[in-house]
Amino acid sequence: MPVIDLANPTRFLNLVNRALPWLIATTIVLFAIGLFRAMNAPDDYQQGATVKIMFLHVPAAWLGMLGWAVMAISALGTLVWRHPLADVAGKAAAPIGAAFTFICLVTGSLWGRPTWGTYWVWDARLTSMLVLLLLYLGVLALYWTAEDPGRGARTAAVLSLVGAVNLPIIKFSVDWWNTLHQPASVFRIDGSTIDPAILTPLLIMALAFTLLFVTLHLAVMRNEILRRRVRSMRLLQAQEVHA
Amino acid sequence: MNLGPHADFIVAAYGLTAFVMAALIAWVILDYAAQRRILGDLEESGVVRRSRRKG
Repeated sequence: MPVIDLANPTRFLNLVNRALPWLIATTIVLFAIGLFRAMNAPDDYQQGATVKIMFLHVPAAWLGMLGWAVMAISALGTLVWRHPLADVAGKAAAPIGAAFTFICLVTGSLWGRPTWGTYWVWDARLTSMLVLLLLYLGVLALYWTAEDPGRGARTAAVLSLVGAVNLPIIKFSVDWWNTLHQPASVFRIDGSTIDPAILTPLLIMALAFTLLFVTLHLAVMRNEILRRRVRSMRLLQAQEVHA
Repeated sequence: MNLGPHADFIVAAYGLTAFVMAALIAWVILDYAAQRRILGDLEESGVVRRSRRKG
């Protein structure tokens, strides 16, 4: 099937219906392996067993940022090509990205208390992540309260593009400013600083969470396409009643 | 498995993550069922989408 055919919502729905069972099964298997490896990973020599929070916190942070990146790319599709599936993709990514960002912030606080001695500090990494959550809430409010869905989609797309400026700020905040949050330790030019006994379960958990993100994103896109069909059918019904 | 002196923090982190993910999954499943049901009701009442109309 040519990729362009996926732009047709009906063909997209058929593909999603075929792909979802496989994605769900693979996600469950990866979570089972990842959680088993995470629970049996050795304690950190400084942090002890609290390092197990990292297996949730780090993937949640990555996916919180990935969600906004998906929204920003979708925003281009909405504003430049005015493609209806682009808006569907952007709208579907918002609640999922917000959930992951929320998990990142709360698990980070729960990790910070025993590690740093505090739940929260207003350092650049934590603050820019909180800004990301507030941006998510803003874009969700735009989608859910817009009387005209088309105008709401365009406004949300503009906010998605503007908010994308926050992504490099989050990523490089630990390099640009003096922060309590540690610098990057997984993806570095000189290699990861994490021991393979901890790095391997972290990467498996990250893959499992990423597949969960993809699965949920496709499922929410499917729901949104059905919701738009309901809206258009209700409009037709109303027109027929008045005719 | 010994979670050490900060077990409460670890259990809270995993519990909260499981709760948020479960809530998200439940919302997706319930929303899908609701949209399918409404679409079914509309089709039963004779409303046909433009793309499925003949002529």
